[in-house]
Amino acid sequence: MTFKGEKSFFKMTLNEQQDEIIEEFSIFDDWMDKYNYLIELSKDLPEIDPKYKTQQYLIEGCQSKVWLYADLEGDLIKFSADSDAIITKGIAALLVRVLSDQTPADILNNKLYFLDKIGLQQNLSPTRSNGLLAMVKQMKLYAMAYKAKMGN
Amino acid sequence: MIKLDIQKIRKDFPILNQQVYKKPLVYFDNGATTQKPQTVIDEELKIYTQENSNIHRGVHYLSEQLTQRYEDARKIVQKFINAEHDHEVIFTSGTTESINTIAFSFGEKFIHEDDEIIISALEHHANIVPWQMLCERKKAKLKVIPINEKGELLIDEYQKLISDKTKIIAVNQVSNALGTVNDVKKIIEIAHNKNIPVLIDGAQSVQHEVVDVQELDCDFFVFSGHKLYGPNGIGVLYGKEKWLNEMPPYMTGGEMIKKVTFEKTTFNELPFKFEAGTPNYVSAVGLATAIEYIENIGLENIASYEKELLDYATEKLSSIEGLRIIGTAENKVSVLSFNLDNIHYYDAGMVIDKMGIAVRTGHHCAEPLMDRFNIEGTIRASFSFYNTKEEIDKLYDAILTVKQMFA
Repeated sequence: MTFKGEKSFFKMTLNEQQDEIIEEFSIFDDWMDKYNYLIELSKDLPEIDPKYKTQQYLIEGCQSKVWLYADLEGDLIKFSADSDAIITKGIAALLVRVLSDQTPADILNNKLYFLDKIGLQQNLSPTRSNGLLAMVKQMKLYAMAYKAKMGN
Repeated sequence: MIKLDIQKIRKDFPILNQQVYKKPLVYFDNGATTQKPQTVIDEELKIYTQENSNIHRGVHYLSEQLTQRYEDARKIVQKFINAEHDHEVIFTSGTTESINTIAFSFGEKFIHEDDEIIISALEHHANIVPWQMLCERKKAKLKVIPINEKGELLIDEYQKLISDKTKIIAVNQVSNALGTVNDVKKIIEIAHNKNIPVLIDGAQSVQHEVVDVQELDCDFFVFSGHKLYGPNGIGVLYGKEKWLNEMPPYMTGGEMIKKVTFEKTTFNELPFKFEAGTPNYVSAVGLATAIEYIENIGLENIASYEKELLDYATEKLSSIEGLRIIGTAENKVSVLSFNLDNIHYYDAGMVIDKMGIAVRTGHHCAEPLMDRFNIEGTIRASFSFYNTKEEIDKLYDAILTVKQMFA
């Protein structure tokens, strides 16, 4: 466990979030259960303010669309998102859970391994083009931009 | 008409006999690509293990043998579509390359500023974009034949689009996204009354019905091998001799050259003029083998059985509340595109996949067509003669599960 100041006592690190998700998914041995859980999770996604659900924040995939918004609160990035497909939205909810409320440095320095561990890595394949791979890239870009901004 | 023994036929396709996600594979993505019978797989393997050699130029035994096989394959394709001459059959990498070749070569010679090219609202991107690019290069105009709600071309509107400036018409015989069978004979007749040549995109038709290019009297006919139970990377460009002779080559390089000096190059005669570089002779022979396999079963028998599957699926799936079939033309091949009310096609596709059923979701490379129906995509099940009604029942059950999950 890493401690990075007071705040860390109250929030999980990025990797703790990933491990928790892996733990949650470990009870499912059936695909349908996994998908049902994603459908549940889709309802918990911090929903993007309708005013940001525009072309500017749209990440267009060939299969489904994802909207992503980011804001800096203190030294933490807050992500919110939405998708027109529910399973995509469920996975977006997982990505937001892992990457939101983290510092730009943590977002940039940690590898995302949980999708592979819970068997959803195929949803990030470049050929799947459901917008999720582009979403992860966009989240990292936000982190990079905020990091640069904070450095100034 | 012979009643096909489907269980026997299925044994010819080794890939079908497997499980995905611990469920028997149901392959309903035949519109994207068809599976290969063992005989095609064996043929390719045999070429690589016993016969491989570059063709046309070699004086040695292997080269001569395989050159002969390649040219025999051309004759088999010629017979398959009933072309008048074998040199009217050009091997390409597929439908996309065939259309690009025509758009470039025909366009270079015959399209000028303000000329018009007609396509249809049902086209695949491969029969839209090459013409758009040509129009940009030549400052020509692209006109589009509209469709009705059922997904059928409006022939009256088509007639109105034709003008003295129309230089070529390019339409598909069967829509990949909806399965509509277009009355291309009529389209060609109307065009020929004004001496306008017509290209028919047969990528989705040759595997479902008998095509006779002389009877259709089309000027160009193109299709892919991999959608016709043949190998990947091989396709056909059929063109009437008079057009092909007048058109400049598309790509330049190896076999298509007669004589090269640094001052001038003389191009070889047909069909070699359009076959630059080492041809895909392995897949050409594989395609011929696939055609022989199909002809052995009989395209009429295939069409009749596939119609039975389509009717069965249409009736069964129509009974599902909230299921809307996109494309309800009177004349269709075994393609069923649909959407479920309030359920995203991607969500549906993901769950159907996990039931072991391969369907396609999305815009099917026909975005303008999706726009026409105010949708972003569909779920598409496309059936082949190796599919069964029991498999359609599984799709039906899967859709019910989808509805339950996303209710």
